[in-house]
Amino acid sequence: MAAFLVRRLSINVLVFFLITIAIFALVHKTPGDPIAMQIPADQLNSSSAEFIAQKRAELGLDQSLPVQYWHWLTNALQGNLGVSLLNGRPVTEVLGERIGPTVELMGVGLLISLLIAFPLGILAARRRNSWLDYGATVVSLGSVSIPVFFVALIVIYVFTLKFQWFPSSGISDPTNPSLLNTLHHLVLPAVILGFGNSGPFMRYVRSSMITELGADYVRTANAKGAPPTRVVLRHAFRNSLIPVLTVIAANLPQLLAGAVVIEQVFAWPGMGQLAVSAVNQHDYSVIVGFALLIAILVLVSNLLADVLYTVVDPRVRLR
Amino acid sequence: MSDGMLATDRSYAESVNNGPLLRVDGLSVDFHTEDGVVHAVSDVSLNVHAGQIVAVVGESGSGKTVTAMSVLRLLPKSAEVMADAIAFRGTDLQAMSPAELRKVRGGPVGMIFQDPMTALNPVMTVGAQVAEAVLLHQRKPDKKAAWARAVELLRLVGVPDPAQRVKQYPHEFSGGMRQRAMIAMAIANDPDLIIADEPTTALDVTIQAQVLALLKKAQAETGAATILITHDLGVVAELADAVVVMYAGRVVETGGVQELFANPRHPYTKGLLASLPRMDVEVDQLDPIPGNPPNMADPPAGCAFHPRCPLARARCETERPLLRDVGAGRRSACHFSEELA
Repeated sequence: MAAFLVRRLSINVLVFFLITIAIFALVHKTPGDPIAMQIPADQLNSSSAEFIAQKRAELGLDQSLPVQYWHWLTNALQGNLGVSLLNGRPVTEVLGERIGPTVELMGVGLLISLLIAFPLGILAARRRNSWLDYGATVVSLGSVSIPVFFVALIVIYVFTLKFQWFPSSGISDPTNPSLLNTLHHLVLPAVILGFGNSGPFMRYVRSSMITELGADYVRTANAKGAPPTRVVLRHAFRNSLIPVLTVIAANLPQLLAGAVVIEQVFAWPGMGQLAVSAVNQHDYSVIVGFALLIAILVLVSNLLADVLYTVVDPRVRLR
Repeated sequence: MSDGMLATDRSYAESVNNGPLLRVDGLSVDFHTEDGVVHAVSDVSLNVHAGQIVAVVGESGSGKTVTAMSVLRLLPKSAEVMADAIAFRGTDLQAMSPAELRKVRGGPVGMIFQDPMTALNPVMTVGAQVAEAVLLHQRKPDKKAAWARAVELLRLVGVPDPAQRVKQYPHEFSGGMRQRAMIAMAIANDPDLIIADEPTTALDVTIQAQVLALLKKAQAETGAATILITHDLGVVAELADAVVVMYAGRVVETGGVQELFANPRHPYTKGLLASLPRMDVEVDQLDPIPGNPPNMADPPAGCAFHPRCPLARARCETERPLLRDVGAGRRSACHFSEELA
């Protein structure tokens, strides 16, 4: 296990460096200039051009890309991701205060998607080709094919405007920032995020359960006189988890992508919202910092999938 | 003791006095597939008396496994099982509710499956699986007692160091050891009937003999009647009291093992015996039965064996022979069985 982790981590470190090069180059090669962006177009003249050049020199943007990258990398390795080009605050600080709300949204969203996917997938597998199975298929197709922002707008119209049951903006009421109030604000975005991700999960749970329910050991359990719930949950379900866990872990970045859109719609003060405004304003260092976090998330979730394998499947020994 | 137990005891006593332990009467099993209905088993009847070992013999696809699985309703939903009676200790298993049937499964009727590599749950320890067989039939579930019994059972079936090996997973067991664990599960609740579906087919030849000896021992110690599904006539000669020969989903011959081996009354049985290597008679070469078993989606008309039969004539192509008494408690389904006498 330890040897496996060391080897996988060293591969991941190499991949990570390649990713940073790609991110850095792509972001800095996007058209547009972060300094010029902040000056109204009608005020652009020779003196402002001088100002821009001066600012660029201050921020090191006039140097060649490899040199800029080298500066960024040596700082990044020491935990310094630079400062926001907009307001001069450290990127780690800007990102740091946004991680909490995003993790909250993603965590609850994931939980909801699993609470939809597991019962529905197991039931659909047990009653294959029944109306329940077809219904579950329709629901899962809907969750995949209807865009999140569209669902969000409908939900806001119904539950915020019509019934006024749930708020649709922000993380909590500034005058009453209690846990209950935060949870109240969390309901709509988390349910939409969860629903949007439940479709693929449900399909995988269903097909994996169908395979396992037809396995010989299930017949053995039946021949021992085990009741159906025990056969399904204790025998088939644990085996069906093996492929499903991989899918869930591999889907974590997808979940974050969904969160980015939802944060935008619900004015949720998370990383997604930050990333969108950073892109709009060419705030290079924040974009690179955000992309870096996503890269880490992808690498960690793949590693997590491998480690989870050993937990659910005693046959797998990581070497 | 509860009334339920008394009732079973009474029916048990009746079965000993009045009839067979297991009576299967007129069993037919259809599979509904995309290519139409396949009659996997047609009109099969067999009796198993207390303590008796009955071998069901036939090639792959002859319906012997399907017959065995229908007894405890272990076939997939695509199978349609019809029978005049599947009576165990005088009670029709078909009429039982699922809950009642679960008391029979793994209790008075134990099952052993063909492939121990896939018949055990890969993510549960062997001990947990054996203990589960005990636990499910305890009147008051007692996990500790079930585990102790699991260790005891594994010792009984010859798994070395059972106290340690209960904690291992199936993949840490060899094929032979896994089949021993399967046997331990089947005998966990002191069954009256063991249904063993090709228990040695998936094992190495050297291991087969050991597992057979164990089956024999388990049968002798528990006194359980056994249905032994096999295509290995050597195994039949070694263990069985009575034989049921199946071909294309039907019973073609039944009889005591000695009479049937000495003097087969159906050309298919005769062909099976001729294709077996023998130590006591010198033969130049083995005589396999020509041709292949029929496609069960489209079986031949008349006698299903006629395309491969040395005795076949015009009548066999149109008229299916019925299973009839041919003397000495034996039955054969051949128009010309007298010619073999």
